[in-house]
Amino acid sequence: MLNCSQATELMSQEQDRPLALSERISLRLHVWICTGCANYRRQMRVLREACRRFGGWDSR
Amino acid sequence: MEFDRQSELNALRPDLLRFARLQLRDAGAAEDAVQDTMLAALTGGHAFESRSSYKTWLIAILRNKIIDIIRGQSREVAASSLADDEAGDDLLAESLFDRRGHWQPETQPGRWADPEASFEQQQFWAVFEACLDYLPAKTARVFMMREFLGFETEEICKETGISSSNCWVVLHRARMGLRACLETKWFAGAGT
Repeated sequence: MLNCSQATELMSQEQDRPLALSERISLRLHVWICTGCANYRRQMRVLREACRRFGGWDSR
Repeated sequence: MEFDRQSELNALRPDLLRFARLQLRDAGAAEDAVQDTMLAALTGGHAFESRSSYKTWLIAILRNKIIDIIRGQSREVAASSLADDEAGDDLLAESLFDRRGHWQPETQPGRWADPEASFEQQQFWAVFEACLDYLPAKTARVFMMREFLGFETEEICKETGISSSNCWVVLHRARMGLRACLETKWFAGAGT
């Protein structure tokens, strides 16, 4: 069973490489029961979107 | 009707310079990148329909200049100098998690209210920039290569001479640090 620290590592890495099936399953299980990590995962997507806009992919 | 390109360029100069500085962490190199960009912009020929498409075009040029500069600097982000950044990052991880690796009650990530609304606010971007600036320099460099310049991790490894597992660790720390900073400095105050 993943702990939150390990889950945050995977939530970062899923933005940089395709996770293995076993990693995806354990992350999914963890996020299902852990509100903090579920929020963290959404925030990773917000960060990426913010970077995309800040970096000028979108004009603002 | 065409807008005044020269004055638009002058108006955008500070933005371009800030972007280059954040990325390169070297005022001289940032200045060079922006000078080259402005020169290319003045000699570049085609018409633009709007200011925003002009800005997008400028940033694309600047991004390429920055990539050239990074490629030119030989392996500056060596693994050894990344180690200097690590002490501070480890402190962050220790303060976030308990001994079993679970969130501390006070550090558990909350829900961020309406990020889209935040993106609309000028003040959010000032905080975002301050949080980027607050990351350790080498960590920020790798992160920005990934997120702003669009490098794949293999390319980052090649350019910086670090291993891919080290690269993932550095990116993870950058995201964790940036997230914590935004939560404290922006989203916690913006209300949940």
